[in-house]
Amino acid sequence: MTDTTVAAESEHEPEDEPKAQGPKSATNSPLRQALLSAAAPLGAFVFSLIASAIVLIAAGSNPIDAARDMLDHASKLEVQVSMINRATPLYISGVAAAIGFKMNLFNIGVEGQYRMAAIFAAFVGGAVALPSVLHIALILITAMVVGGLWGGLAGVLYTHRGVNEVIGTIMLNGVALGVIAWLVRRWQAEGDIVRVGVGTEPIDESGLLPNLNFVPELFGDLRANEELTGMVVVAIVVGIVYYLLLNRTVFGYDLRASGLNPLAARAGGVPPRRMALAAMLMSGAVGGLVGMAEIFDKTRYDPNFVGFLGFNGIAVALLGRNNPAGIAVGALLWAFLDATSDILQVTQTAPKEIIDIMRGVILLTVVIGYEVVRRMRERTESARTAARLAEGAS
Amino acid sequence: MSPLRRLNNLATPVRWMIYAALGIFLLVVVQSLTDASKLTTTTTSGAMLRWTVPVMLAGLGGMFSERVGVVNIALDGIMVLGMWFGAWGTINYGPWNGLLIGLLGGALGGLIHAIATVTFGVDHIISGVAILIAAPGIARFLSLEILAGHDGGSITQSPRLSGAGKFTLPFLAGGRIGDWRSPDILGWFTDKDWWYISDLTGFARGFVFNLSIFTIIAFALVPLSAWVLWRTRFGLRLRICGEHPTAGESQGINIYLYKYIGVVLSGLLAGFAGAFIATPELNGIYLEGSVNQRGFIGLAALIIGNWRPAGVMAGAMLFGYPFALGLRDLDGSNTHALLLLAAGVLAVVSINNFRRGNRTDALLGGMIGVLALVWFVGSETVPSWFINILPQLIVLLVLTFFSQRLRMPAADGQPYRRGKT
Repeated sequence: MTDTTVAAESEHEPEDEPKAQGPKSATNSPLRQALLSAAAPLGAFVFSLIASAIVLIAAGSNPIDAARDMLDHASKLEVQVSMINRATPLYISGVAAAIGFKMNLFNIGVEGQYRMAAIFAAFVGGAVALPSVLHIALILITAMVVGGLWGGLAGVLYTHRGVNEVIGTIMLNGVALGVIAWLVRRWQAEGDIVRVGVGTEPIDESGLLPNLNFVPELFGDLRANEELTGMVVVAIVVGIVYYLLLNRTVFGYDLRASGLNPLAARAGGVPPRRMALAAMLMSGAVGGLVGMAEIFDKTRYDPNFVGFLGFNGIAVALLGRNNPAGIAVGALLWAFLDATSDILQVTQTAPKEIIDIMRGVILLTVVIGYEVVRRMRERTESARTAARLAEGAS
Repeated sequence: MSPLRRLNNLATPVRWMIYAALGIFLLVVVQSLTDASKLTTTTTSGAMLRWTVPVMLAGLGGMFSERVGVVNIALDGIMVLGMWFGAWGTINYGPWNGLLIGLLGGALGGLIHAIATVTFGVDHIISGVAILIAAPGIARFLSLEILAGHDGGSITQSPRLSGAGKFTLPFLAGGRIGDWRSPDILGWFTDKDWWYISDLTGFARGFVFNLSIFTIIAFALVPLSAWVLWRTRFGLRLRICGEHPTAGESQGINIYLYKYIGVVLSGLLAGFAGAFIATPELNGIYLEGSVNQRGFIGLAALIIGNWRPAGVMAGAMLFGYPFALGLRDLDGSNTHALLLLAAGVLAVVSINNFRRGNRTDALLGGMIGVLALVWFVGSETVPSWFINILPQLIVLLVLTFFSQRLRMPAADGQPYRRGKT
């Protein structure tokens, strides 16, 4: 790479930490490494704060007032509970996307998988009466099976018919939305009269995952209408299983190997097709759990079911670099923006919609930051190698 | 030489016309076997054109992006921007300037995608997801700040919008020249009710009767983009970015620049697609959520159109037609007839594959075809959701059976850094 392109590229990096732009001969100390890793997300966050502030000022709002309102609001216990409630499905969705990413597959289809899973789980849960544990287990398993099948369909199309997984999952999302719009009416509770917004038959008390209100109640009184969803436990289990499966099992090793280099993995005896299919099945199964918090909360699937959790899950996985703890940080950040933005409508300091813009800006700048840091690292490494080689030659 | 082979030697427009005539023949056959009565009417083909435009423009947008090697799954989000800016522009500055502002709004979305993917080398899908997340938020934010202040506007919709003029071709469809109303030749044939002939003229009349100028511009973009991409030096440079950027670089072409041009053009066209939805041709207002996946369907049209303008148009019509049919299909008999058509087409696919020795494809096609036939025989109507998922189903079927025949640009979606191979 020539010096001119280095100069040209470093011009694009002002939002990144300036200390990262040291001379090329800088040592590759662990401190520098750590700073570089932190620089991308932090720089992105600062940049998106600046960008949002500019948008707010342009819209005639005071960004400092807005930020203060949001932080004030976040100090309330029920807002923190609501934040965790919102982070839970995002985290599960993030893990679902991350499983695909590890195999180098883009599962854009979590969006369709979780909705499809949710309506079937709600239907099955509303149709049966069982002892509590069995009832809940049946609902969760239905969700995982349906989500897994819907993801697996895209997987089979990819492995056996060569249909690109991005396109396949996008199309299956569309199919899912159409089928669900029909099923919602078909499985509508309370008879034949078609009405808008009814939803499926409600699930009995025995099928609802108990809430975890005893945890926040240790810290203070909770407002009556806010509950901490029991899905938090499921999300934590999903995170742990994801970590163990990927890092402590042969299967996980094979999966990561195929994702990094399918040819090499194949030479090592790992069939890439089977790994791709397994990844899509698992990603879909985990994705199936995304909508469950909402199902347990509403006791039914209604036509206003929460959307966009799939796309935001991808965002959260990218923020967290597919790392189980990182995804949690990303999900909490997303949920913080979501939960605290409600107050902006009340205090009228700024439009609530600013957070969607912030999310997009954060995501783009974070991935740009990661990419820039990666390239910088590559450059220092090659410079160091060259220096070593020169030493050896002289 | 078989007649199909001989078809390939004809000039492209002639060949397409023969395909169209064959297609209408199929429709006429299906119509005479079923209760359907609207398969080939002028209103159906006219509505088809209007419903085709947004999908086709999104597909053309995707084509310009992918021809320079950048995958653009953000089309749907960019259409939201185009729709908002188009509506806002139309309210304030009239339909023509509104369209222009819609184009620019879309170009802005394309520019963001270009900055992320070309300058910073971010994965194309990731950048697309970011735009997909941000775009509805931006539109809603702008609606709250601006549209809600207008009379009749709110956070989710705009006041009624005015449209551009309409045009009817003289002589063929009875358009006016000055004050004189010219004869309506196609209409005359259509009224005669001759088998096939009247169907053909009736369907064709929808292409020249009472068209919005915007629709005409949109369809004119098809040959225009083909000409630009395959007949000009500029187009060659665009395409080399998607086929073999390092080869282009060795010729002294500024690949980054052409990639930027391609992706911004892509945004411009997606912006047109979005703005068109807000015109009186379709909605007549800006309404949140009314892009309704059409950006993704445009992506689908791009793929089944094999990354070519005429193919994209045909692919988009494949979606526009059932939609237009479903709109006027109160008893469901017309869309029901499409099942028979699907069964027939799948039978052909299956037989073709069997003759070539592709047992699996033949079996799969035959099975889906039989399913369609059983559904057709066993039901009176099809539910409305069938039309809504038809585009996606068609893409999945086409990709399942024909993915070997499709060829996307060789370097599509791959990262490119100057000076690195």
